[in-house]
Amino acid sequence: MTEMTIIQAINRALEFAMKDDPDVICLGEDIGVNGGVFRATEGLQKQFGEERVMDTPLNESGIIGTAVGMALYGLKPVAEIQFLDFIYPGFDQIVSELAKFRYRSGGQYPCHVVIRTPYGGGIKGGLYHSQSTEQLFTSTPGLKVVVPSTPADAKGLLLTAIHDEDPVLFLEPKRIYRTVTGEVPEGDHRVPFGKARVVREGTDVSVFAYGAMIPTVQQACQVLETTGIRAEVVDLRSLMPLDTEAVLRSVEKTGRAVIVHEAPKFCGYGAEIAALLAEKAIYSLKAPVLRITGYDTPFPYSLENLYLPNVDRIARGIQRTVQAG
Amino acid sequence: MTSPTTASPGKGPAIVPLPYDATTLLPLLGDGWRERLVQMFRGMLLGRTLDTRMLNLQRQGRVGFYGPASGQEAANVGAALALEPQDWVFPGLREQLIALVRGYDLPRYVHHLFGNDMDPAKGRQMPCHPSAREVQYVSMSSVIGTQIVHAVGCAFAQRYRKDRAISVAFFGDGATSANDFHSGMNFAGVFDLPVLFVCTNNQWAISVPTARQTAAPSFAAKASAYGFPGERVDGTDVVAVYHHVRRVRGAMAEDPHPHLLELVLYRLTPHSSSDDPSRYQPKGWREEAMARDPLARLEELLDRTGVLPASEREAIRRELDAEIRSAIQEAEVIPPPRNETLFQDTLKEPSWPLTEERDSFDREQGGHFP
Ligand SMILES: Cc1ncc(C[n+]2csc(CCOP(=O)(O)OP(=O)(O)O)c2C)c(N)n1
Ligand SMILES: [Mg+2]
Repeated sequence: MTEMTIIQAINRALEFAMKDDPDVICLGEDIGVNGGVFRATEGLQKQFGEERVMDTPLNESGIIGTAVGMALYGLKPVAEIQFLDFIYPGFDQIVSELAKFRYRSGGQYPCHVVIRTPYGGGIKGGLYHSQSTEQLFTSTPGLKVVVPSTPADAKGLLLTAIHDEDPVLFLEPKRIYRTVTGEVPEGDHRVPFGKARVVREGTDVSVFAYGAMIPTVQQACQVLETTGIRAEVVDLRSLMPLDTEAVLRSVEKTGRAVIVHEAPKFCGYGAEIAALLAEKAIYSLKAPVLRITGYDTPFPYSLENLYLPNVDRIARGIQRTVQAG
Repeated sequence: MTSPTTASPGKGPAIVPLPYDATTLLPLLGDGWRERLVQMFRGMLLGRTLDTRMLNLQRQGRVGFYGPASGQEAANVGAALALEPQDWVFPGLREQLIALVRGYDLPRYVHHLFGNDMDPAKGRQMPCHPSAREVQYVSMSSVIGTQIVHAVGCAFAQRYRKDRAISVAFFGDGATSANDFHSGMNFAGVFDLPVLFVCTNNQWAISVPTARQTAAPSFAAKASAYGFPGERVDGTDVVAVYHHVRRVRGAMAEDPHPHLLELVLYRLTPHSSSDDPSRYQPKGWREEAMARDPLARLEELLDRTGVLPASEREAIRRELDAEIRSAIQEAEVIPPPRNETLFQDTLKEPSWPLTEERDSFDREQGGHFP
């Protein structure tokens, strides 16, 4: 075990995977000499050479399409998209190609690509360095989507992603890249997909969140502790596949549910959780399900702290839900 | 290099002869040039006959859709024969014949056209979208241009694994305007990868002529901006296509770099079974095209060189026709894919909610899933 940040854990996972398996190839913009704009690939080119840590032209469709071709042949490409906000030139390659190869070929051409990309707000990045659009990908059949919130999960989910046989979008919570530290197991540490993590146990309300919202939700729950509210926090971390059992188990216990994410509410990921509860846990619910989310606007620059769910908004929401019934 | 075609002289579909005789064929096709010509004829005729039969079936409502490639047989067969079996083919819209010439089983392809339970791709795609892994013919989508980049990634993998094979991306003239033409060409140039880009310029993208795709003097000319050679070849001349693809393929084996070949040809049919070219093709265009019918041109050459007499051609024609008919007969009675295939292959293992959808579907249908 070593104490490290999320960005370091990602770096260690990539290093481990590349050492372990010569088929792992990283490609993306500025990932080589520069080590990535967030330094996720720091030192990797030096260690593994330009062919395995490829600085590509500035073209997301080219990055993802090239990774698709590599994967069809049998390599294990890990593509970096510099920001989730810039993935759209490659969206066609993800949605029309990557997600559909296995299906459309009747299983003849599985296509396993990992796409790593930082997402989310809180870094003064404005409209185009802040967005959370995970729902565009979770609603595309054929993709897996995971989001770590701790260094150990960052390493463990990334190594699972690299060895998975399906395409994986690995969303990196850039706001907490360096602010969250934690113990990370050495070596081939893997965290299975489809398993949520109970961050703290509680009896009064279940709070479902992921990625950079987790520390904020934790803080809100600590504040509420002083008022006697014992909230359970569940880090979904694997959005697709979703750990439905963990969600239902928690709500059956607490009878109340709050969902927190940065993305806008309308048709956001929280809607899926709310629908799941409506379908399968309605008789366990003592209060209406609440979604605390980014507002349904583009992402603002100056007022981002008001846009993003913050400790205050989350705490008030949880409190209201507990008081509702 | 053969120059692109100009309008044929005179009216009507007088065949423009292929400019070869026995002495020029030997250096272009090699020692077995006679057998090669027979092979070419057989392959091209297979494509043509299949198109005719399937368009008929489509009109009769027996298959849902068909995308013919008549007029492109020289490109498909010439390229298929010139490539090595281990090369990866990333098809555009009209390269199905390449899979067949490389050994993809015809009955299997016909099962795909019917989308039945014997379709290896489980009836997932519209007709003319086969996946044929056994002949390195990669699954295509209907999205124009995306495959161009896949060929580049595959070529990287080939070089990385020290595999001497190359990747070949086929695409139409319309596809050169798609984003991924730029992405693929640029990546191939920058990483200097063994990708053969083959633009089948049939002069139309549905109803839109090439002048609306580019203001450049040719599609081949675009290669120079990406740092590698581009050449135009008469794509109605199977000997030329074979020769040039083989020449470039050979050079790439020695010295792997990207290369673009623009095959200039004519689309002899509507864009697809759902299209009516009389709405947009100018008068006389089809006549000009017919004069360049690649199959007729090859037949004229066969006559001139005495390689395959008309009677033997007729025998091949009957043989292929019978093969196709029997494949159709066989495929038409096969039921659609089994219901459980609806729920397979999205991810390796289905997860919620698909597992639940599958189980409830099965319950409603009486519980037959394995
Ligand atoms: C991205 C995209 N846009 C539009 C279409 C609809 N479409 C199908 S084929 C076609 C024309 C393609 O022309 P070209 O690339 O020249 O190929 P050809 O059909 O002539 O072989 C169009 C517009 C599509 N399939 N994909
Ligand atoms: Mg065309």
